[in-house]
Amino acid sequence: MVEFFTTNLFGILILTVIKSLAILAPLLVAVAMMTLAERKIMAAIQLRRGPNVVGPFGLFQPFADAIKMIMKETIIPTGANRILFLMAPMLTFALAMIAWAVIPVNDGWAIADINVGILYLFAVSSLGVYGIIIAGWASNSKYPFLGALRSAAQMVSYEVSMGFVIVTVLLCVGSMNLNAIVMAQQTVWFIIPLFPMAVIFFISTLAETNRSPFDLPEGESEIVAGFFVEYSSMSFALFFLGEYANMFLMAAMTTILFLGGWLPPFGIEPFTWIPGPVWFILKICAVMFVFVWVRATFPRYRYDQLMRLGWKVFLPFSLFYLVLVAGVLLAMGWLPTPA
Amino acid sequence: MAFLDRAARSMLLSELVSGMALTLKYFFKKKATINYPYERQALSPRFRGEHGLRRYPNGEERCIACKLCEAVCPAQAITIEAEPREDGSRRTTRYDIDMTKCIYCGLCEEACPVDAIVEGPNLEFATETREELLYNKAKLLENGDRWEPALAARLQQDAPYR
Repeated sequence: MVEFFTTNLFGILILTVIKSLAILAPLLVAVAMMTLAERKIMAAIQLRRGPNVVGPFGLFQPFADAIKMIMKETIIPTGANRILFLMAPMLTFALAMIAWAVIPVNDGWAIADINVGILYLFAVSSLGVYGIIIAGWASNSKYPFLGALRSAAQMVSYEVSMGFVIVTVLLCVGSMNLNAIVMAQQTVWFIIPLFPMAVIFFISTLAETNRSPFDLPEGESEIVAGFFVEYSSMSFALFFLGEYANMFLMAAMTTILFLGGWLPPFGIEPFTWIPGPVWFILKICAVMFVFVWVRATFPRYRYDQLMRLGWKVFLPFSLFYLVLVAGVLLAMGWLPTPA
Repeated sequence: MAFLDRAARSMLLSELVSGMALTLKYFFKKKATINYPYERQALSPRFRGEHGLRRYPNGEERCIACKLCEAVCPAQAITIEAEPREDGSRRTTRYDIDMTKCIYCGLCEEACPVDAIVEGPNLEFATETREELLYNKAKLLENGDRWEPALAARLQQDAPYR
């Protein structure tokens, strides 16, 4: 029986499909719940109650929203490029999903445990900009186009410093395998020695996922909803899902790079009783909470401030810290030996 | 020194952290909103809600068709027609309030010499059609009858200040 799933091609295919479903189904439910959690947390911070009518504590609100979305009409503007217009949300959604292929939920629990995991993640998250820019262009409308331009510039700017942060972590690990990155944090999570980098990484993920205070691409007060002004119904819902799945992905990346993935905070008795995936989920939830917390706290950046922060603050600082870390590792002889 | 101070502040993100701390404090505070349809706030006796025409305890309607309310109404929402009744008393034959014009200023209530037209505590009288908001005498009398205990209590509470 086991051999069927490990050697037979058909068996491997079935196993992969099962694995994918096992990670995508909870992810989609998590995304649905996140929309509710976000509204609830923001409401609490603003001393409101948030949705509490549909089901107990408003728990069915996301499903009511989903049904509403599905029932609506998909409007395609006459001037739009139909194929690209419909492809863009699918692309965004698909890219947000395929990135999860390499995320290890527990020791070795990844659909594809590849050696260049972090590079794959970085590549996929960079591709995300295509969905947005295609949507902006294919809509053939002013606001979406402006939103798409902003988004493209913003994502590219912040990816540079994010790259340096990742390189810093890689220097400390000596491997691009996500499993190895987590295992390297058994003694101490990287957030402690690399705290400034963790902060930069987190802020960059906010910009990367177009989250407040860097939500210029969809800045409601200036360009209505940015690149998805023209979208409605399911095509809008796909964007929405993709965006939130991307947030989860970035939270997972932060968790893996800096918060020790599935590892408990201390390798001692009461903490080790809780299984790895639970720690992983808890950490993702904590990061997601900070995402919402930040959104409820800060006003939106101005566009030139955003660019200044990315290019004139984060880039030099992360470059400096990268050199510093490399120097310290070399001087103290702490460089990890290639496995 | 001022430069150092400023640099340290921005490098350590101290303003951002204090802002986050403030919002976190609010996160745990008691909510300011009430669960409206299930919880309600106390209404002042002077609250000016939906109108009603009151009656005397013996069932006789109070309104004597003096038309002071019609005259004082700044939105000209009130229309009154009157005729002497068989027993010789002045009574209205028509008393309409266009609730879509009404600005809920309460001047009709102030002007009324017999406390007939009053604004009650009811604030939930939204309707599905516009026509339903064109109140006639029957509707106003029905409102008065329905809210009479509350109306009387409110008038009594507010009496010392008038």
